Amino acid sequence: MTRPMPTRRATLLGAATLPLAAGLAAPRARAAGKTIRIGVLNDMSGPYRDTTGQLSVACTRLAVAEFAASKGLTVDVLSADHQNKPDVGAGIARQWFDRDDVDMIMDVPTSSVALAVNSVCREKNKVFINSGAATTALTGKQCSPNTIHYTYDTWMLARSTGGNTVKSGGDTWYFVTADYVFGHELEEITARFVTEAKGKVLGHAIYPFPGTTDFSSFLLAAQAAGAKVLGLANAGTDTVNCVKQAHEFGLAPAMRVAALLMTIPDVHALGLATARGLLLTESFYWNLNDRTRAFTARAKPALGGRMANMIQAGCYAGTLHYLKAVADIGADAAKADGAAVVARMKAMPTDDDVFGPGKIRADGQLLVPSYLFEVKTPEQSKGEWDYYNLLATTAPGEAWQPVDPGCPLVKA
Amino acid sequence: MTSSASTTLAVARSSPATVFGYTPVQAIALAVMVALVAFTPSVLYPVFLMKVLCFAMFACAFNLLIGYVGLLSFGHAAFFGMGSYVTAWTAKNWGLSAELAILLGGVTGAGIGVVFGWLAIRRLGIYFAMITLALAQMVYFVCLEAPFTGGEDGIQQVPRAKLLGFISMQSDMAMYWLVAGLFLFFFLLIHRIVHSPFGQVLKAVRENEPRATSLGYRTNDYKLIAFIISSFIAGIAGGTKALVFGIATLTDVHFSMSGEVVLMVLLGGLGTVFGPVVGALVVTAMENYLAQFGAWVTVTQGAIFVVCVLAFRRGIIGEIGARLKLAL
Repeated sequence: MTRPMPTRRATLLGAATLPLAAGLAAPRARAAGKTIRIGVLNDMSGPYRDTTGQLSVACTRLAVAEFAASKGLTVDVLSADHQNKPDVGAGIARQWFDRDDVDMIMDVPTSSVALAVNSVCREKNKVFINSGAATTALTGKQCSPNTIHYTYDTWMLARSTGGNTVKSGGDTWYFVTADYVFGHELEEITARFVTEAKGKVLGHAIYPFPGTTDFSSFLLAAQAAGAKVLGLANAGTDTVNCVKQAHEFGLAPAMRVAALLMTIPDVHALGLATARGLLLTESFYWNLNDRTRAFTARAKPALGGRMANMIQAGCYAGTLHYLKAVADIGADAAKADGAAVVARMKAMPTDDDVFGPGKIRADGQLLVPSYLFEVKTPEQSKGEWDYYNLLATTAPGEAWQPVDPGCPLVKA
Repeated sequence: MTSSASTTLAVARSSPATVFGYTPVQAIALAVMVALVAFTPSVLYPVFLMKVLCFAMFACAFNLLIGYVGLLSFGHAAFFGMGSYVTAWTAKNWGLSAELAILLGGVTGAGIGVVFGWLAIRRLGIYFAMITLALAQMVYFVCLEAPFTGGEDGIQQVPRAKLLGFISMQSDMAMYWLVAGLFLFFFLLIHRIVHSPFGQVLKAVRENEPRATSLGYRTNDYKLIAFIISSFIAGIAGGTKALVFGIATLTDVHFSMSGEVVLMVLLGGLGTVFGPVVGALVVTAMENYLAQFGAWVTVTQGAIFVVCVLAFRRGIIGEIGARLKLAL
């Protein structure tokens, strides 16, 4: 029998096995040293790629670059894609802690993944700083001595958009709600603030999630109900689709659209002609004040022509405060005990160019102001990324959910 | 019927020098695999290996159906996912011990398998696949809406229940031995089933169903039983995974999970003994080790799938076996 010539097929087969071999051989546990390792875990390929993704990593690196060297800390930044799957996220977190000597996990959009990472961090006594996920459970029933919640949550969005919009005249609401836990929760809390501010909810349309792309019937129902404000209790591409279709149906000017969760990359993607007049809440906007502008100027080279939203900027703020606490108690102690770092972070007031001065409550919630914005019309916009008019500011004391008695940390 | 069954059996037994239905080469490969299962946790990360073994179990169960009966199910995520939910729920809320919780997961898988199978085996080919997919989507929707699954958040903080009520599973290595034991047990069981007279009939159905019918076999019964066994093992695999990671979520029951198991089996080699295990290893390793490259995970998965279908249709193990003229 003659030996067969290596064929193209064989080459392909060989090539296909290469990444496997390389992958299995590469990451091995490193000796634990004084290097602090930060893992940014978020969505790099799915629906939250633009609102978190690489810019979150860039902002984390910026904080490291600005602070670490001056205090003699050596800090590594890793990143990974959790694909919005809680089991993948929890698996990466475990592996980071067990094998890669990671001390802190940053960002983590998608509430289900954040909750999974939250319990892994607690089990391993590491630090979790959440900037990307909206769930209030992180500071409520599932609050942990190893977790800090930065940037935003559903309650804060509902408080700012719901309460303040009614005050400025939008007193009758109609909701379009995604039929899952997040959508229902967002609608319920917002509706509560609307009624508290003497507004009225005229009705709601619940649509199947995921998989709905045609919202016309829900939008027409909203129009027929005669409400002044259309509340979108959904996220990501659904919200973008709703805004586009609302524009096509000409809901404005009779109706204003309030997107309960939307940030600046979505507005950029929609364009001002479509997004004009949209109401939304963020806790950071690059053109808010001198400090945010200073931050943006420093971040600019790393952002690649884009602009950070509150989540990405929150990664900078969270990392900076974490490193301050690490510098305070020493890198060795910080590596040994995650809860001690978090306790130190809560004891120190925060201060950074993103959110300004603030403090962290016992349950792990960062208290900073929230802002209700209106998207500018193309005529009002003076330049690239000049997108928002500030409508209302909610003070830190009122912007966040009162301490949840379900959190065991505050009982003690 | 009895005589024809014994003839097939005689043919199977008379094939040269088999050890418990393994050819010498397969026996060596099996020994290598057992050795790898026993020794790799000292080199590689045990939690990752447990994930591989859970998916290997799942892929073997799927291979039993597609490789030996020729039924392409697009609904296996339903068994895997419901198995994982039931195990997680009973371990968390009833405090069941590990083996009981996992067994209940398997029974749940089998229970759903009875319904799915009973409906789906009446049709063949694409219609069979579509019916299983449709039913699995219904299960997915139930999981999305039902209160006990926790919707988007899933069932989290599932304790690693004690084995038999007193052996702690907290350490990763203890859990690893349980998972490895389960995997080897079901791997051997599937092999035993395939090489039993029952398995011979399954293969006959795959090759030529009208002919099997004409020989007097009630082929639908055989297909249904194979379907239920497959869904039982898929449920066990899902339940085990839920205990390993302490979490049961919509990922496990989503249709992309059904697609992933098809990818594993195709990549490893349809109808081969070791193919599904290798396929599960490759796919899980990609998901795990490429995570740092972000969007490249899905791109690479897609590219490898295309390469596989274009260049080595028999899968990795199938292709190696064909090259060496061996049945692996």
